[in-house]
Amino acid sequence: MSAIDSDALRAQSAVDAVRDMPTLYQALLLGVGALCRSDTHLVGIATGGAWLAERLQSDLKLSGEPGVLSSAMHRDDFAQRGLAAREPTRLDFDVNGAHIIVIDDVLYTGRTIRAVINELYDFGRPASVALAVLVDRNGRELPIQADVAAVRIELPVSKSVALRQDVAGELSVVIKDRR
Amino acid sequence: MLYRRNPQLNKNGELVHLLSIEGLPASILRQVLDTAENFVSVNDREVKKVPLLRGRSVFNLFFENSTRTRTTFEIAAKRLSADVINLDIARSSASKGESLLDTIANLSAMAADIFVVRHSESGAPYLIAKHVAPHVHVINAGDGRHSHPTQGLLDMFTIRHYKKDFSNLTVAIVGDVLHSRVARSDIHGLTTLGAAEVRVVGPKTLVPADLAQMGVRVCHNLEEGIRDCDVVIALRLQNERMSGALLPSAQEYFTSYGLTRERLQWAKPDAIVMHPGPINRGVEIDSDVVDGAQSVILPQVTFGIAVRMAVMSLVAGNDASE
Repeated sequence: MSAIDSDALRAQSAVDAVRDMPTLYQALLLGVGALCRSDTHLVGIATGGAWLAERLQSDLKLSGEPGVLSSAMHRDDFAQRGLAAREPTRLDFDVNGAHIIVIDDVLYTGRTIRAVINELYDFGRPASVALAVLVDRNGRELPIQADVAAVRIELPVSKSVALRQDVAGELSVVIKDRR
Repeated sequence: MLYRRNPQLNKNGELVHLLSIEGLPASILRQVLDTAENFVSVNDREVKKVPLLRGRSVFNLFFENSTRTRTTFEIAAKRLSADVINLDIARSSASKGESLLDTIANLSAMAADIFVVRHSESGAPYLIAKHVAPHVHVINAGDGRHSHPTQGLLDMFTIRHYKKDFSNLTVAIVGDVLHSRVARSDIHGLTTLGAAEVRVVGPKTLVPADLAQMGVRVCHNLEEGIRDCDVVIALRLQNERMSGALLPSAQEYFTSYGLTRERLQWAKPDAIVMHPGPINRGVEIDSDVVDGAQSVILPQVTFGIAVRMAVMSLVAGNDASE
């Protein structure tokens, strides 16, 4: 089988694996629920992780709002890409001594997680930080892994995967060609 | 047709220098304001530092005296983890006869990344911007009577913070508009962002009729000028810029144009009062108003740091050669 054929096959099986959003979300919910203690704080990475964290906070019947983490201030590609400021970090609890589960939509190179942990440390010293993601794809560039992943997929470098929210608030996972 | 690109933008339309608000599209102004939003929260953290400009050098070149503006730029740069060098130009090479461009060339040889420049000559920052290397950025901290873009931007940020939407706002700028680079920057900012009405208010000697060309309504009567407005920006009466008898006295000015609590009632009940500082209590504005509930003068200072952090981090992330 040629390299192009096997890439296409991998891409197709990835598309199949992420098609069923309700099933993916259920798997994430179960995984995060199993990790939660009574004093756990959920924090979603802006913006995809934050969408998921809101739903998880509600479905796990946790009080208050989930935190939001922005990677903007600690990204390692500032010199190349400049500053893309979106939703700022918002944490309404004391990070010192907190047990935190960070939620993100896609785990890819691991650089966003590294930036977000640095951001967290600007607020204090957490007792523990765990990572839960909807989609774990191949391509790690740092030694970072998820504690919970709803699905693991393989994609060629030419493809990107992202979480989308439509106007009605419905989430879906989209795989497309990288620009 | 010869098209001259705005020297502040690179080929991709990204901000690489901040020289004046005039000529910048609304999208760039909004980008600065949105970015500044993020930095406001940095200033509330315990660790008030982010690493965006780590290893970069910001040189404060103040050819004109200013402790306040220079200090806020220094704080902003340090919160971005940049190294800050303050050049006391008056006591240095310029007084020994060195030309402006030679000064810049020498400093560039020391690997400066950002120059923050305040100069008494309008246009000085433009001259510098034309002569620096592509990776070096120039921020105008006030040039002559021309422009003070970071003050204009922080004023826009303040207005947006309290009033949200520019399109139904009436803003009155009261005072020595003729000599005020802040007023010019505010006017450009407000008209670009779509303010419903901008009025300039003051005596004819300080608020000339030809200001109407900038798209503002000229008023020489304070009541007419601030009636039903949403924002009052009071400007300092600048003694050092006035040459010739443009006013009989500061007291005379206060009698006709001083912003008092009674006069503020001509404006809308929820109108905000702004002032770029430093304030002359009892000249352009009464203590009652400065310390009153409608004053947002101190928040302006806080927002000024966030806005300057936004400007520095935006220009530093954009390459002039693109």
